[in-house]
Amino acid sequence: MRLNECDPGFKHEVAAEPGGAGIRACFACAACSARCPVGANRPDYDPRRLIRLTLLGRREEVLASPLIWLCSSCYTCGEVCPQQVRFTEVLTAIKNIASREGHAPPSAKITAELLAKQGRLLEVTDFENDKRADLGLPPVEQRPQDFQAILGLKPSEGEAGEEPR
Amino acid sequence: MKALLFLGCTVPVRNLNYELSARKVCEILGVELVDDAALACCGYPLKGTDQAHALTIAARALAQARAHGLPLVALCSACAGTLAEAEHHLAHHPGEAARVNAELAPLGLTYEPGVRVTHLVRYLLEEVGLEAIKAKMTRDLGEFTFAPHYGCHYLKPAEIIGGLDDPEAPTSMGRLIEATGAKVDNYPRLKDCCGGGVLGADEGLAGSLAGAKLAELDAREVTAMVLVCPFCNVMYEGQQKAIAKRMDTKFKVPVVYLTQILGLGLGLEPDELGFKLNRAKPKELLAAFKS
Repeated sequence: MRLNECDPGFKHEVAAEPGGAGIRACFACAACSARCPVGANRPDYDPRRLIRLTLLGRREEVLASPLIWLCSSCYTCGEVCPQQVRFTEVLTAIKNIASREGHAPPSAKITAELLAKQGRLLEVTDFENDKRADLGLPPVEQRPQDFQAILGLKPSEGEAGEEPR
Repeated sequence: MKALLFLGCTVPVRNLNYELSARKVCEILGVELVDDAALACCGYPLKGTDQAHALTIAARALAQARAHGLPLVALCSACAGTLAEAEHHLAHHPGEAARVNAELAPLGLTYEPGVRVTHLVRYLLEEVGLEAIKAKMTRDLGEFTFAPHYGCHYLKPAEIIGGLDDPEAPTSMGRLIEATGAKVDNYPRLKDCCGGGVLGADEGLAGSLAGAKLAELDAREVTAMVLVCPFCNVMYEGQQKAIAKRMDTKFKVPVVYLTQILGLGLGLEPDELGFKLNRAKPKELLAAFKS
């Protein structure tokens, strides 16, 4: 590892992100790694290692790593951390930075588009509401307008079911 | 007792047995669930890539609950957790609350701190109370043994949603199962995560997490595994066959929702609780109800 390839500002960048400040407190005990259920199934996924790489400033290596998307968000690490690092939140901060730099998995873009189109992840049509009515359940609605406003997204034309002019 | 029901995205489309049984159980226990069609996504799906907007979406739901003057009660653990975390975060970060309110203003909504957010199961324990629930039981399920799966967002982070259970030794689901007279199996992998959070990123990895618990429960021959979250259901019921295939084995682990078991104890029939929609059917349990 070459020190001049490290970005000493990266840890501050992560710490400035919501949820990222806990990284300052890590003393590398690896309680998080020991209890991580993802790490138990994928030894290359190691929360402590991701924290150390971040503290060392291995910015591109961390942001481009597919490993950062493997957290199951179970919060086990946070419960056992003696330093209140809150690794789940720290990794969320790292993933948010990675997303802004184009490293997000394709599913992320689809999620935002679905919310802008449907106001919910799963589509609700007459088919779903008929099934609900059969069971005596009240109808649910798609109200995407609020989500379009919040996300600054309009549903793309083809998906909105409009004929292209 | 009155609460605003937060159905989220998955339950009202894919888990009608959960919704139906939850509504029926609340009716019997004297909990009035209020519906609001404007409630939808909790924001969780966006958190990993865009937590600022995820927080605004959560705040939108909190603002709606505030307008109703009611606690917000969710069936999905991810929704309950996300909304509770958002409430906690916004209440402690006035700057973020101001940013969120600027984005909510065009929608005619205002977030203010102080909205109570709970998972339905927790609401039942804290508002109705275990003794009052027991007192309403009319049917003894004593011949059955259930294995609770608490999942993660129902218990953690304890610093925000703690107080009901110790995440290292949870008992709340077990206490409710026992209220029906049934036995509880607190199996070794009780606390394992379902892996649902990584299903989108790595199906094989997610399956390994869920598969270990399924294999253990398959060998223990419990009446059923009991869930309180539709995301855990995706893994344990929806993916059960695919996971078994990948592990080159076969599982027969019946999967039910806690509200279905409570409903049976409260005297409801399987059809009223949506058991027809269970795919990993609890055959032993249902056989006892055939006349």
